[in-house]
Amino acid sequence: MSRIELVDLAHSYLTKPSPTSHWALKTMNMTWEQGGAYALLGPSGCGKTTLLNAISGLVIPSHGKILFDGTDVAKISTEQRNIAQVFQFPVVYDTMTVAENLAFPLINRGVRGDLIAQRVSEVAKMLDLGRDLARKARGLTADMKQKISLGRGLVRSDVGAILFDEPLTVIDPHLKWHLRAQLKRVHDESDVTMIYVTHDQTEALTFADKVVVMLDGAVVQIGTPQQLFEKPAHTFVGYFIGSPGMNVLPADLAGDHVMVRGHRIDLAHGYAPRPMNDKIEIGVRPEFLRLASRHEGFPVTVARVEDVGRARIMRCAIDGVAVSALISEDVAIPSDGVRLVADPAHVHVYADSHVVD
Amino acid sequence: MTLELRHLSQRVGAAVHIQDVSLTLQRGTINVLLGPTLSGKTTLMRLMAGLDKPSEGHILIDGRDVTGLSVRKRSVAMVYQQFINYPAFTVYDNIAAPLRTKRLSKQEIDNRVGRAAELLRLSPYLDKTPLQLSGGQQQRTAIARAIVRDADLVLLDEPLANLDYKQREELRIELPRIFEKTGAVFVYATTEATEALMLGGNTATLCEGRITQFGATTDVYRNPVDRTTAQTFSDPPMNFVRAIVNGPRLTIVADQSDRAKSMVECRSPAAFSRLADGSYTIGFRAHHTALEPRPGYDVAVHGVIAVSELMGSESFLHADVGSERWIALIPGVHDRKPGDPVTLFLDPSRFFAFDQAQRLVAAAAARVPA
Amino acid sequence: MTKTLDNKAWLLVLPVVILVAFNAILPLMTVINYSLQDTFGNNHFSWNGVQWYAELLDPATEFGGRFFGALGRSIAYSLVILAIEVPVGIMVAIAMPKRGVALSVCLVLMALPLLVPWNVVGIIWQLYARDNIGLFGWSITALGIPFNYTNSAVASWIVVVLMDVWHWTSLIALLCFAGLKSIPAAFYQAAKIDGASRWAVFRRIELPKLQRVLLIGVLLRFMDSFMVYTEPFVVTGGGPGNYTTFLSIDLVKIALGQFDLGKAGAMSIVYTLIVLIVCWLFYTVMVGRDREEGSA
Repeated sequence: MSRIELVDLAHSYLTKPSPTSHWALKTMNMTWEQGGAYALLGPSGCGKTTLLNAISGLVIPSHGKILFDGTDVAKISTEQRNIAQVFQFPVVYDTMTVAENLAFPLINRGVRGDLIAQRVSEVAKMLDLGRDLARKARGLTADMKQKISLGRGLVRSDVGAILFDEPLTVIDPHLKWHLRAQLKRVHDESDVTMIYVTHDQTEALTFADKVVVMLDGAVVQIGTPQQLFEKPAHTFVGYFIGSPGMNVLPADLAGDHVMVRGHRIDLAHGYAPRPMNDKIEIGVRPEFLRLASRHEGFPVTVARVEDVGRARIMRCAIDGVAVSALISEDVAIPSDGVRLVADPAHVHVYADSHVVD
Repeated sequence: MTLELRHLSQRVGAAVHIQDVSLTLQRGTINVLLGPTLSGKTTLMRLMAGLDKPSEGHILIDGRDVTGLSVRKRSVAMVYQQFINYPAFTVYDNIAAPLRTKRLSKQEIDNRVGRAAELLRLSPYLDKTPLQLSGGQQQRTAIARAIVRDADLVLLDEPLANLDYKQREELRIELPRIFEKTGAVFVYATTEATEALMLGGNTATLCEGRITQFGATTDVYRNPVDRTTAQTFSDPPMNFVRAIVNGPRLTIVADQSDRAKSMVECRSPAAFSRLADGSYTIGFRAHHTALEPRPGYDVAVHGVIAVSELMGSESFLHADVGSERWIALIPGVHDRKPGDPVTLFLDPSRFFAFDQAQRLVAAAAARVPA
Repeated sequence: MTKTLDNKAWLLVLPVVILVAFNAILPLMTVINYSLQDTFGNNHFSWNGVQWYAELLDPATEFGGRFFGALGRSIAYSLVILAIEVPVGIMVAIAMPKRGVALSVCLVLMALPLLVPWNVVGIIWQLYARDNIGLFGWSITALGIPFNYTNSAVASWIVVVLMDVWHWTSLIALLCFAGLKSIPAAFYQAAKIDGASRWAVFRRIELPKLQRVLLIGVLLRFMDSFMVYTEPFVVTGGGPGNYTTFLSIDLVKIALGQFDLGKAGAMSIVYTLIVLIVCWLFYTVMVGRDREEGSA
């Protein structure tokens, strides 16, 4: 059971990095509470895997400390840290049975036989592996193998944190639903800190209590899924979370409203004027735009409408600036004279990509 | 051109990989092969390409039998899940590679590569090598190479599977427009229902080596012929429950493990009016549920929360209703604890009915307004 | 139209068919022919039926005793060199540097013995192991242990076995190295996290993943060593006595030394059958394993 703190952590893959050279991780400070579910979310190359490997001990960070319950572990080896990891491609010991796989970490640590049997049956029950304990691990499906990998972490009573490196990559969409639900339940039952690395927003948002969004080796926002959805701190977060992402439109700020290409969009409250050279934009999610009557909102030209089953994505433009709106499957889209209106409570103002309050 | 598959089967030893597949694909269309891993998507593509010879059946291109004709003699291009490019060549040379063997003038090659690069937004990177590019750009290069030579048939085998979520989303939006501009038959394999919907065109659903349905993508989505197809084409998975039709009344029966039953009676939807009385399987999609009654959603079914997943803007509530596990997609954040009772409201007009053989007998009314 | 196009491809196979006919099928027919006849030289042959085979397979006869003696030595030789080369090869592969200049140097050094012609290997060891002028033989003798492979059975076996180990261990090592390289890093990381010892990593990850290449390595080395001729012949000529007379050496003695073409023919056929059966066994095991994995 661990509380994990990152203190001035930074990493570069260069042997002698200077402050100006490339840093895979830029200096960061963070605290992860014991028993929490965290996700590291970002595009490939954003440093999320480097951060995960620094925590697991596969990467020794060039700078800073990693505290497990107050003890710095940045320089000690993986096997001495109380962590377990589930990898992108399932790792199982082919020649052993499922039960032997689960028992393996305990046997290596010299745990007593009766204790091992007890732990293995507990974990097998938690993961619905009970019926398959006697089977050879070779020849199992990918989702079963991933459960075994997870089980090898859960079985250890000393494990404080389990790290997941894009664990659902090779799982079929339908099985993802089951596996995610099971993972969530295991987390609720086990009180182990879990850190989950992914580029997939659905996985990150459904899994985590707190999501860490990363870009270019730096953290751009930490928040609950709701915070990230409703009030992205950075236009990148708005773009990266949500499908389609948030609309970011260049705007001129005018107190309690903005002008986008000469059309007025209302804000929730008044804003103080910004310095002249700030780049002002507004962000509004496609979910918070709706079709408007002739007397409200702003006119758009519809480029096309994509039917994605439960809703339709209307791709349109305000005088050349692209805007997407999500229209429910029951609502008719008029053939011309389409107007949209934004919910003022969900229109945010960004100055140089950062949100303004 | 048209590509026609007639009663195609592929067996390796005793294992049946493809079973009696018949399909006709038209020029200028995008055709999605949708099915889980090992459902036969790749095998079918290899047969289409001529990489393998079918055990039975015929492949016709524009009416001409090409079964057994080697891939070299067909006009086929393929894009794989892995990013396959020539690492030592520049992006330009990668795209131009299939043209070099065709004795085209330098000017012509230049024009064609330019057009393909433009279409895939690679123009700024023509002088780079693939390894200097992001995964998305590498896959764009592979796609550009596939379309540059105007092949008759372009096969894409889960081309976006190795890409980031956002890069995937961007290419998904662009691909249909790229395909429209070339005149080939496109075949696109994927495991994801969302991807099929975003690509549009036609969809063939595959299950255990068999095509269960082929038609316009939205049509297959809204009128899946059987339970397997409905399941393949739903993400989150479709929810099922047993129900009994008795004249104008519909009784939803949630079987309990201990043989007790909870029954909910409601009016039968209009689409069910032609159904004979009897027992059916009812299916409905995750987003056709509500936590509060609202117009249409007036059938209350009780269940127990198994897990709730909160997405920030919406919630996936996994609920056990009798012996069935349902997933309800509800707008907003609703944190329900495992074990809590929950009442879900359903709209009978959203129900699909499947008979004892699991074939679709009544579909939810299509209600996309004009 | 497609049919004719496809049929033309068969023409490409024709050279191979002709080649195989001339260097395998025709000689085999000749040998079978010889094995059923007796000869007294001068190209005079007389029909002998299966007499040679009957003698060959009966250890009580002189010919049979000789055959089973040589067969026993050949099998023993193959088993001994496999028992040394396989474990040593695996150990070398594991100890090899994983990348960089050290790896390149290592690969070149290890490839060297594989490039030396077989008779040259024989000559090298023939000289190297002599107790008067060979460094190896002289060193051992200098330690006070008599070491003369021309009159000691033990010494002659040590030389022929060491020679093969020197010549071929690299092959096993290189095969294993390639096998080890194909194991994803995640397996080692997972083992670290699971607290596995070095031995457990070898036993649970490396060995299972090496099984396939090892099977191929063992097959290659078994076949080669079971049919070995040149190297021991150059070093010991089959001696002292018959101690290093393996099947192939004995066969040549009978065929070319005594010109007993009938006996030699019968022996060749049985020899070939043994090799084929062993090959088939290996093949079956390998295919069986693949099927098991294929169902994964």
